[in-house]
Amino acid sequence: MSRSAEDRNRRLLRARDMIDRSYASPLDVAALARVAHVSPAHFARQFRLVFGETPHRYLQRRRIERAMELLRDTDRPVTEVCLDVGFASLGTFSRTFSAVVGESPSAYRERTVATQRGAAQYVPACVEKTLRRPVGAAAQMSSSGEADQVAAL
Amino acid sequence: MFKHITHTTLYVLDQDVALEFYVGKLGMVVKTDADMDVMRYLTVTLPGDDSLELMLLLPGPPLHDEATAEQVRELIAKGGAGGGVIFETDDCVGTYEALRAKGVEFTQEPTERFYGTDCALRDPFGNPLRFTERPRST
Repeated sequence: MSRSAEDRNRRLLRARDMIDRSYASPLDVAALARVAHVSPAHFARQFRLVFGETPHRYLQRRRIERAMELLRDTDRPVTEVCLDVGFASLGTFSRTFSAVVGESPSAYRERTVATQRGAAQYVPACVEKTLRRPVGAAAQMSSSGEADQVAAL
Repeated sequence: MFKHITHTTLYVLDQDVALEFYVGKLGMVVKTDADMDVMRYLTVTLPGDDSLELMLLLPGPPLHDEATAEQVRELIAKGGAGGGVIFETDDCVGTYEALRAKGVEFTQEPTERFYGTDCALRDPFGNPLRFTERPRST
């Protein structure tokens, strides 16, 4: 029993690592399910069981974390940041960003550029990636206009 | 107060598999491999620098009761056990390519950062590892 839980966790971790690497691409449930050795139909449920959130929400938080860095530490226009991190539409990006972070991309940029730009100069990327990732909230995510996708996963 | 950090612990799920990985693939060397009856005390270090020993220990008695050990094992496997090691290298890309050829599982390709070039991998159990090549000028 224990060994099978370990084995399942390790396989799901491999899939989660894949989401982290290919965050700019759409969620490829079939490919992720293959990596995790589960059927596509069971993947999202297994992922949620192990990591406490759906793969879709995990991906969105990863993308928002990348967007936060680009907004904070570069001068790239918001529309380009949106595409860079894997959102196809600015509307979805802005809604998701606001739902997770609590303010719009441009408001976040305005607030943080003055105080936090360059904070990454002092923090290793692995720490940055892990600790700065927004926690968000399930309820907020489902109000981001993507409830259908969450449910579909 | 203190002078050096000499030992740190990484929990692994199988010490033989850990040896194959840390020695066989990453090129570390065994410093101590002792049967202490209640446990196998296994440490590895770098061939050129034995100032830090990495203890590769199994979760379990006498340190953990069975139920706790099971929880620790499951946390390691989902990447949530909290341990991890960062190595320094003179050649991040070359090391990355050599290790990839050996089937090591990378979570991040070599990437330029302000502190150098680094990349990330997992050991066979789920522990996160990373190695960095410092910028040449510093």
